[in-house]
Amino acid sequence: MRSNLSFFSDEKFRSIFFQTLVIGIFALGIYLIVQTTGHNLEKRNIATGWRFLSDPAGFDISFSPFIDFKSTDTHLDVYFVGIFNTLLVSFCGCIAATILGFLIGIVRLSSNWLLSRVAYVYVEFTRNVPLLLQIILWYSILIQLPRIKQALELMDMFFISNRGIYSPRPIFENGFSFVFIAFILALISSFILRKWSKKRQDETGKQFPVALTALGLLIIVPLVLFFILGSPLSFDFPALKGFNFKGGMVIRPEFIAMFLALTIYTAAFISETVRSGILSVTKGQREASSSLGLKKSWIMRLVIIPQALRVIIPPLTSQYLNLTKNSSLGIAVGYADLVHGFGGISLNQTGQAIECMVIVMATYLTISLIISAFMNIYNKSIQFKEK
Amino acid sequence: MNEIIEYRKPPVATTGILGWLRANLFSNWVNSIISLFVLYILIQFIPWILNWTIFAADFKYNFNGEEIIDRTMCSRVLDPENGGACWAIIYVRFYQFMYGFYPREEVWRVNLSYIMLAVAVVPLLFDDFPFRKHFLKFTYAFPIIAFFLLNGGLGLQEVSTNKWGGLLVTLVLGCTGIALAFPLGIILALGRRSNLPVISMMCTLFIEFIRGVPLITLLFFGMVMLPLFLPEGINMDGLARVLVAVTLFQSAYMAEVIRGGLQAIPQGQYEAARSIGLSYWQMNMKIVLPQAIRISIPSIVNTSIGLFKDTTLVIIVGLLDLLGIGRGALADTTWLGLAYEVYFFVALVFFIFTFAMSRYSLYLEKKLKTGINMGAD
Repeated sequence: MRSNLSFFSDEKFRSIFFQTLVIGIFALGIYLIVQTTGHNLEKRNIATGWRFLSDPAGFDISFSPFIDFKSTDTHLDVYFVGIFNTLLVSFCGCIAATILGFLIGIVRLSSNWLLSRVAYVYVEFTRNVPLLLQIILWYSILIQLPRIKQALELMDMFFISNRGIYSPRPIFENGFSFVFIAFILALISSFILRKWSKKRQDETGKQFPVALTALGLLIIVPLVLFFILGSPLSFDFPALKGFNFKGGMVIRPEFIAMFLALTIYTAAFISETVRSGILSVTKGQREASSSLGLKKSWIMRLVIIPQALRVIIPPLTSQYLNLTKNSSLGIAVGYADLVHGFGGISLNQTGQAIECMVIVMATYLTISLIISAFMNIYNKSIQFKEK
Repeated sequence: MNEIIEYRKPPVATTGILGWLRANLFSNWVNSIISLFVLYILIQFIPWILNWTIFAADFKYNFNGEEIIDRTMCSRVLDPENGGACWAIIYVRFYQFMYGFYPREEVWRVNLSYIMLAVAVVPLLFDDFPFRKHFLKFTYAFPIIAFFLLNGGLGLQEVSTNKWGGLLVTLVLGCTGIALAFPLGIILALGRRSNLPVISMMCTLFIEFIRGVPLITLLFFGMVMLPLFLPEGINMDGLARVLVAVTLFQSAYMAEVIRGGLQAIPQGQYEAARSIGLSYWQMNMKIVLPQAIRISIPSIVNTSIGLFKDTTLVIIVGLLDLLGIGRGALADTTWLGLAYEVYFFVALVFFIFTFAMSRYSLYLEKKLKTGINMGAD
């Protein structure tokens, strides 16, 4: 008895014992679940497997820009359209929310009492109302726009109706790829220019008007090439024919509602992280740069923002992740994203619940991991470099 | 001769209302333009919204003094120029918004639970509440009492959960999710920091998995896949399945918040507890967790706000919470087209709860800052 007790109080033994126990219980649980699931599936006549992916979907998707989706396409195509739509609204939302969030965060710290109060009210109202409600609200506003027949016109090119915003579609003709390549080259050379000028400034103190030169490079070079090649770009204008618009391209109200709601909701959270980031830079930094004689705008750009960014980036990453995950709420307004298109309609049509859910969850996990990886790289690049 | 100069008041423009205006609204010409611009917009906007929500709105009767029973009697349908919001839809459906389809003769049970919820929660929130110890005993007993009260049994008539709806479902999901996720979160947080590699790895995987996928996929999981996992004969109703998903979701977020609190506890606390011979559980229960939870309460409240808002997602899997009842009301042809009134009301109810929670979390943060001192190191 006594020796038994001392054997059990041995830390090493205990640790191995408990871990084996946990693994055992876990394996038993998995085994039982697999058993019952197999039994249940058999009883409901559901065959597992991935074969359904190549079956024709049999339904239409109203919003699939850049991918031409027909109802004869397969469920795998539905999956790709879904991923694309999820990424599209998340990407647009992240960029817009960052801009709006930074703006509001700075406005909240404004010395103008009225302006900072208005920003405060905005933040409190959008943060404290469920996102789903905001999405549905925006959607219900958008579908009360005039019908197609009475669509609002903007400069004869844009038509705003309850079926979406119709706009001209650019048609890239032969040779436009050269303009695009020229733009990319200009972008790369601007980065090189910036690096070179920074190095030169560090060594000699001489400044170089990088922003102006880069702007010139980015606009003039592609533009000149564009005209030399004989303007290889034309537009396909939307025109009302019968009950609908023909030609042009359309942004559906589902997308606009998702985009607006995600942007406005997330911007409120981002503005709070920006505000706390700027407040985290101590007053002494501002005073010291003032006493060096820096201009007010320089103090913000060269002293405050770089230090604030170190505090802002980690929570900003989690806001991007939240936005991407929240884009799954598109199902409430029928935006054909991953969850609605593949996890909703395809799942209901094929009955392959387990396969569809596994694919959807795995995809979201992958997207989350990729976003955090990129933001971690960026975060590392702006942290203190101790010399 | 020296003469004492008479006391003069500071310049008018630097004190009082005028001084405040100058410092805060008109400090330079850019600020002045911005202030005037914002003021102009507010003057346009605020009277309009007040007029729409209150002065020109119908509550029970329209401008002819008739009691409103369908949309065609709303002032804003009869007179689109002058009519404001038509709150009659809320008035007529108020019962549904609060209780769903709970039988009217049994509704006292819901009302009693609402009151008991307040009695159970308030002493929990404020630690200088009189007789807090005795109230907390009630708080622990409350979930069991509420379960039998709402669900039936023990002599009460059974009310199946598919009759529940509105604020009742929102509160049940929110409160149960938070209450169940709290202990689970503690276990997960301790597990993730455990020295045993298997346990730590399993907890980490679980937490990161849940945090990596959207709540809606977990709700689908609960709705579609959970029945497949359960052996025959065990049927969970919709609310219970959703609760499983919500609890798992919230426990992962709760775990991360508590882990943050655990990391803030100085190593000396652990070493001191070990050196007086406490076991792992004694150390955590008596020394580490009380301190860690105390500092992580503001963040716990913040994730709880998130959960409370996220409970609206259950409408996608077919449960009728506050928003679901609102959408149901809009689908009714007698009330078609009153979307703004319904969404405004639902938003207001959520705002009241979440804003109160966020104020509470701010109050706690302030109290913690002045209250405790985390030892020397």
